Amino acid sequence: MVDIALRVNGSEKKVSVSPETPLLWVLRDTLELTGTKFGCGAGLCGACTVHVDGSPIRSCSTPVSQVAGKSVTTIEGLSANGLHVLQQAWIEEEVPQCGYCQTGQIMSAAALLAKTPHPTDEQITQAMNGNLCRCGTYERIRKAVHRAAGDGGAR
Amino acid sequence: MSPFSRREFVVAGVAAGAGLVIGFYLPHGKGGSGSEAFSPNAYLRITPDNKVTIVVARSEMGQGVRTALPMILAEELEADWKQIEIEQAGASTLYGDQTTGGSASIRSTWDPMRKAGAIAREMLTSAAALTWGVPRSSCAAENGTVKHVASNRKLAYGELTHQASTLPIPTDVTLKQSKDYKIIGQRLPRVDSPSKVKGGAVFGIDFRLPGMKYAAVSRCPTIGGSMTGMDDKESKKISGVTYVGKVSDSAVAVVADSVWGAMEGRRVLNVTWDDGPNKDLNTAAVSASLKQAASKKGASLYSAGDPAKAAGRRVSAEYQLPFMAHAPMEPGNCTAHYQGSKCELWAPTQVPQDCRDSVAQALGLDSDQVKVNVTLMGGGFGRRLEHDYAVEAALVSKAANAPVKVLWTREDDMRFSTYRPASLHQLGATLDGSGYPVSLTHRLISPSISAQKGQPGANGVDPDLPDEAGPVYPIPNYGLEYVTVETPVPLGWMRSVYALQAAFALESFIDELALAAGKDPLQYRLHLLAKDQDLTYFATTWHTARMRSVLQLAAEKAGWDKPLPAGRYRGVACFGCFASYMAEVVEISMEKGQPRVHRVVAVVDCGLVINPSILEQQIQGGIVYGLSNALRAKITIEKGRVVQGNFDDYAPLRMDETPVVEVYAVPSAETPTGIGEPSVPPVAPALCNAIYAATKKRIRALPILN
Repeated sequence: MVDIALRVNGSEKKVSVSPETPLLWVLRDTLELTGTKFGCGAGLCGACTVHVDGSPIRSCSTPVSQVAGKSVTTIEGLSANGLHVLQQAWIEEEVPQCGYCQTGQIMSAAALLAKTPHPTDEQITQAMNGNLCRCGTYERIRKAVHRAAGDGGAR
Repeated sequence: MSPFSRREFVVAGVAAGAGLVIGFYLPHGKGGSGSEAFSPNAYLRITPDNKVTIVVARSEMGQGVRTALPMILAEELEADWKQIEIEQAGASTLYGDQTTGGSASIRSTWDPMRKAGAIAREMLTSAAALTWGVPRSSCAAENGTVKHVASNRKLAYGELTHQASTLPIPTDVTLKQSKDYKIIGQRLPRVDSPSKVKGGAVFGIDFRLPGMKYAAVSRCPTIGGSMTGMDDKESKKISGVTYVGKVSDSAVAVVADSVWGAMEGRRVLNVTWDDGPNKDLNTAAVSASLKQAASKKGASLYSAGDPAKAAGRRVSAEYQLPFMAHAPMEPGNCTAHYQGSKCELWAPTQVPQDCRDSVAQALGLDSDQVKVNVTLMGGGFGRRLEHDYAVEAALVSKAANAPVKVLWTREDDMRFSTYRPASLHQLGATLDGSGYPVSLTHRLISPSISAQKGQPGANGVDPDLPDEAGPVYPIPNYGLEYVTVETPVPLGWMRSVYALQAAFALESFIDELALAAGKDPLQYRLHLLAKDQDLTYFATTWHTARMRSVLQLAAEKAGWDKPLPAGRYRGVACFGCFASYMAEVVEISMEKGQPRVHRVVAVVDCGLVINPSILEQQIQGGIVYGLSNALRAKITIEKGRVVQGNFDDYAPLRMDETPVVEVYAVPSAETPTGIGEPSVPPVAPALCNAIYAATKKRIRALPILN
């Protein structure tokens, strides 16, 4: 057990865990932020995607020690007030079915839009291809990203 | 609090399948003004604060029941949709069978939900008439109120609950006509979307209790093996591990203060296993057993005329499908709190009542000592029709003497699932001079899911087959037979179940027949369906007219008679299951010898559509699921163990492989039928038919990318 300090959704947190604990479980179990999901434990599905210093990472395969002193944003902290434009677009395009993977999808999309405000279809595919959805919502995700980018949901 | 606070709940309920059972229920529980705890025990509750709560007695796994089922009740209630609150029922005795599966949630609640709403509407209307002292016929329910048109007065439902609760319950109510629907048929947004995009939605994995422990379970990797010894020294050195112990003869639980502690504790646990009787089992042996069973006489599923006597040109082919895993995004989990004479569970489950009964049995309790709460599910696809995770959680909670969440990893989910059965199909036809079949035989050889679970159907027919493997075409001499075979590989119901197998075989074969006849595969099918005919297959009557119309609309929307750009090819398939009709046209190109699917046009006839937006979601998702199945889904067995473990070696479709899916529903006022599964079965044959069009190579075994 070691004490690790990190900033989560803008607040300073200190956790006392074994340093190899994946960030995912620190977020979910220790900090009770359960919007970040466990899907594969191997960085294969993207359900656990969060931002570390603004970049999307797979929290299931990132030891918490690696993010000591860094700034972590989870779905709960994506938008300080109300809904993020992506969350709004997700609702308008009726993206979620079971919804389990969608928080990870939205975090991946948010990282994309932060760097590429008007992504092409190809850029969306590239950014989102690491996020699995067994309900098969991919085309709605694509539309929602376009919508959030102000492209009116066009392909 | 009003003087009527102890009677403020009006609960109108109709027990599914048990006729009309409706009543006003006094709140039970804590008593005392202002602190009543009420247990709603049917579908509807209206409180004086004008809150309308509709109870959903099916499980939400993404298919939209928390929105669609309340829409049905709200329609008859003449409710204001904005006032509706949704409550999820746990395992209960009030709603009949609460199983969520078989694309049956709408089908099985259509009548009870409508009646529950209509009864309440009638009583509220009577209550308003009494309150005003006017004839009942001068009052009308509308948008959450009752209006007296002549005097332009109105009362909100919340203001009528007391008066309504004094009235007798009507036994006969008139249901609305579909032309008067205001809610049914609307694209109402799903009620669960906001919480799902914000991260606040509570799935099974997210539920927590104070003082809760976490458990990871080490299971014997070989099917049917058992534990011979265990050394937990290393496990107990892991920080936070509080308990290590047997759950069953083939499983050991490691309990810790955190998920990671439990997982690490399991990683270093040293268990020795006896591999048991299946240590040499492999996929080839399973295929061989199917081949061997093919010589057995089967059970007749459907027959017409006498195929043996048909004369003409003979065509035959064999098709094969592998085991597949559901792989829902949320791995198996369940939270249980055992407390001596009772046990409470929070389960992401499609079968709350089975969870309750199996847990009770495992713990030696009565069913009413076990309470099962149903959480949201991160996908189900049939995997959560099992209740293994719930029994595990209950046993571990008892052993560890604490509230416990058992959490499966992805590898656990992949290797200890219950799999879609592998199958072999032998098809034969005799063609007349024009190339149309005068006879068709289909022998479906597959292990029986239900039989393996100890519930074989009557006459050797797996009880799922009647909903899933119908004949489609009215061929005069038709023989559809089912041959069962035993396998030790655990079997489960996976989205569309046997329909996936039956449709792949039949609709690939029909394409082969069209080819043999030198005819266009769409026109060939339409010709076979040209005459209006009814095909009775067990309890369902299939109408060629309805199948024909989905095919025609799919062809029209896909532009079947228009030439495709160079390098593009298409295939068509149709099938009926869960009482719905489905046709799909798949458009592909070939890239480096592999199909790339660009577009799928899907047409359904599922009767009246409750919410077109949810219907489109279900069909789009079903097609992506079907493509995953067709292209890569394959579970193999080596040395009695499942080989695949995660999303690298069992790789579902990702965004880059996902086509545009266009969905159309044939307008219909027929009773609504299933929609969760019917879009899955036509995908593989339509895709393989397109691949044939592109390559002249016929794929007779799935997965395609083998």
